[in-house]
Amino acid sequence: MSLNSADIKRIAHLARIEVSDAEADATLTKLTGILGLIEQMQAVDTTGIVPMSHSQDVTQRLRDDVVTETNQRELFQSIAPAVEDGLYLVPKVIE
Amino acid sequence: MINKSLKQLGAMLQAKEISSVELTQEYLNRIDRLNPEINAFITLDKDKTLAQAKNADAMLAAGKASAMTGLPIAQKDIFVAKGWRTTCGSKMLETFIGPYDADIIERFDSVGAVNLGKTNMDEFAMGSSNETSYFGKVQNPWDRSRVPGGSSGGSAAAVAARLCAAATGTDTGGSIRQPASLCGLSGLKPTYGLASRFGMIAFASSLDQSGPMAKSCEDMALMMNVITGFDKRDSTSLNREKEDYTRDLNKPLAGLKVGLPKEYFAEGLGADVATVVQEAIAEYKKLGAEIVDISLPNTMLSIPVYYVLAPAEASSNLSRFDGVRYGHRAKEYGDLMDMYCKSRAEGFGAEVKRRILIGTYVLSAGYYDAYYLKAQQIRRLIAQDFENAFKKCDIIMGPTAPSTAFKAGEKADDPVSMYLQDIYTIAVNLAGLPGMSIPAGFAQSADGKKLPVGLQIIGNYFDEARMLNAGHAYQQVTDWHIQMPEGIE
Repeated sequence: MSLNSADIKRIAHLARIEVSDAEADATLTKLTGILGLIEQMQAVDTTGIVPMSHSQDVTQRLRDDVVTETNQRELFQSIAPAVEDGLYLVPKVIE
Repeated sequence: MINKSLKQLGAMLQAKEISSVELTQEYLNRIDRLNPEINAFITLDKDKTLAQAKNADAMLAAGKASAMTGLPIAQKDIFVAKGWRTTCGSKMLETFIGPYDADIIERFDSVGAVNLGKTNMDEFAMGSSNETSYFGKVQNPWDRSRVPGGSSGGSAAAVAARLCAAATGTDTGGSIRQPASLCGLSGLKPTYGLASRFGMIAFASSLDQSGPMAKSCEDMALMMNVITGFDKRDSTSLNREKEDYTRDLNKPLAGLKVGLPKEYFAEGLGADVATVVQEAIAEYKKLGAEIVDISLPNTMLSIPVYYVLAPAEASSNLSRFDGVRYGHRAKEYGDLMDMYCKSRAEGFGAEVKRRILIGTYVLSAGYYDAYYLKAQQIRRLIAQDFENAFKKCDIIMGPTAPSTAFKAGEKADDPVSMYLQDIYTIAVNLAGLPGMSIPAGFAQSADGKKLPVGLQIIGNYFDEARMLNAGHAYQQVTDWHIQMPEGIE
């Protein structure tokens, strides 16, 4: 697996991070080093091993479907970049 | 006074030899004097801090005090605290004011501890040197030209320079233990699920765990009594009975089986660190411990596994920073997509971006089985290594980090070399086990500086009381943990 600058730009787009051509080239070198490290995993035979997603064998807890939180819209929106009439403002998405 | 334990300071407060306001002011004065250079704190709010100290004094006067009441604790800036700026070391959250309290903040508040300020850290806890912080690097108090380790580097430097009575940290791959080792203090990462992650800004949710950073194991036991406990707001919080972590501190160690993993003493370990760790183990023999040779054969794989799982989880967790509801938004942008891309490009630093990109790549279509699933399978092998080892021993000992503190800038441009700093700590997070680092002595740098070395103690699940017992017994016969760096008087 070897990446090129175009791959970096594609991944960056998926991650919603703008990268310039110069940044993509610099990132490519570092990412190639890290992916080389990750590649060591492929030497291990993992046939039949159950993936481990959590260290303890626990199940997801469920709670009653009732209201537990109070409305704190004003407080939460006081730290937003742009709000109007209780709504978050973003650029127009529907023409 | 600055070198006294939490228990001693607590006794002085209870005996009214000093008030919490006076004690807090003493630390604030020290911060004023030393922090401009050391840079251990990102945010201070003296009015809030002193108001809490006054409240603690009222609790003391009313006879409502407990062990931690009135003690000034520094909080890692990863914990959201109501009314406090909470940055996580990032430009993304440069102006973010916490609208609520993290579970750990609530717990310290409820026992009347004083929040002294928010400590510096690697951006979003991604780093092992504190050099990725948007708010500048932190000096190691033992040698100001060296790094304090990371990601809880500010907390470690604050404890080492005696700018607080104790501090909190978080540990995803070694972020409590490695800085504790490099700065000569005690740090403990509890069993995954013992401490709530509510209000702790998420990095890799299946690995993140908060814990105490303090001068001694006795101090950490007191803090563990506050930090741990079930929280229904964290879906991975374990519902267990509350424990008293001080209960076994004074047990004798005779017959304790200490496992030494051969992989932790192999190539890659600095000779100066190896010498100090071996001397510490010799001390444990004198205390009656029995040494057992063990093997953790998949140790080397923990780094590749971690650098799949942690970035994958981080890329998902950090998708919440989109410039819409909170955090940085670019000044100029076109459409919505452009706003996302520019806000995130400006708000995140280089290392955070790298990890988001790695995570996005390993989770992208067609690669999931080869990377994420494979890493989760090897994660089980790593956990099984420990399971097998604990059939032969009670606790495991070895070095915390392969080297002493390195010079600032030395590894900053080489991520892979930086990642190897965590070779002995990462497997513990992957397995979800508790791990601890305690001061075990010093190595000498080429220019004659004393550089702390940490001994790592790994326990079985929920065996923190035994680990603290082992650490406390060692700290009764050694004085490494009460030595202080020069120039912080």
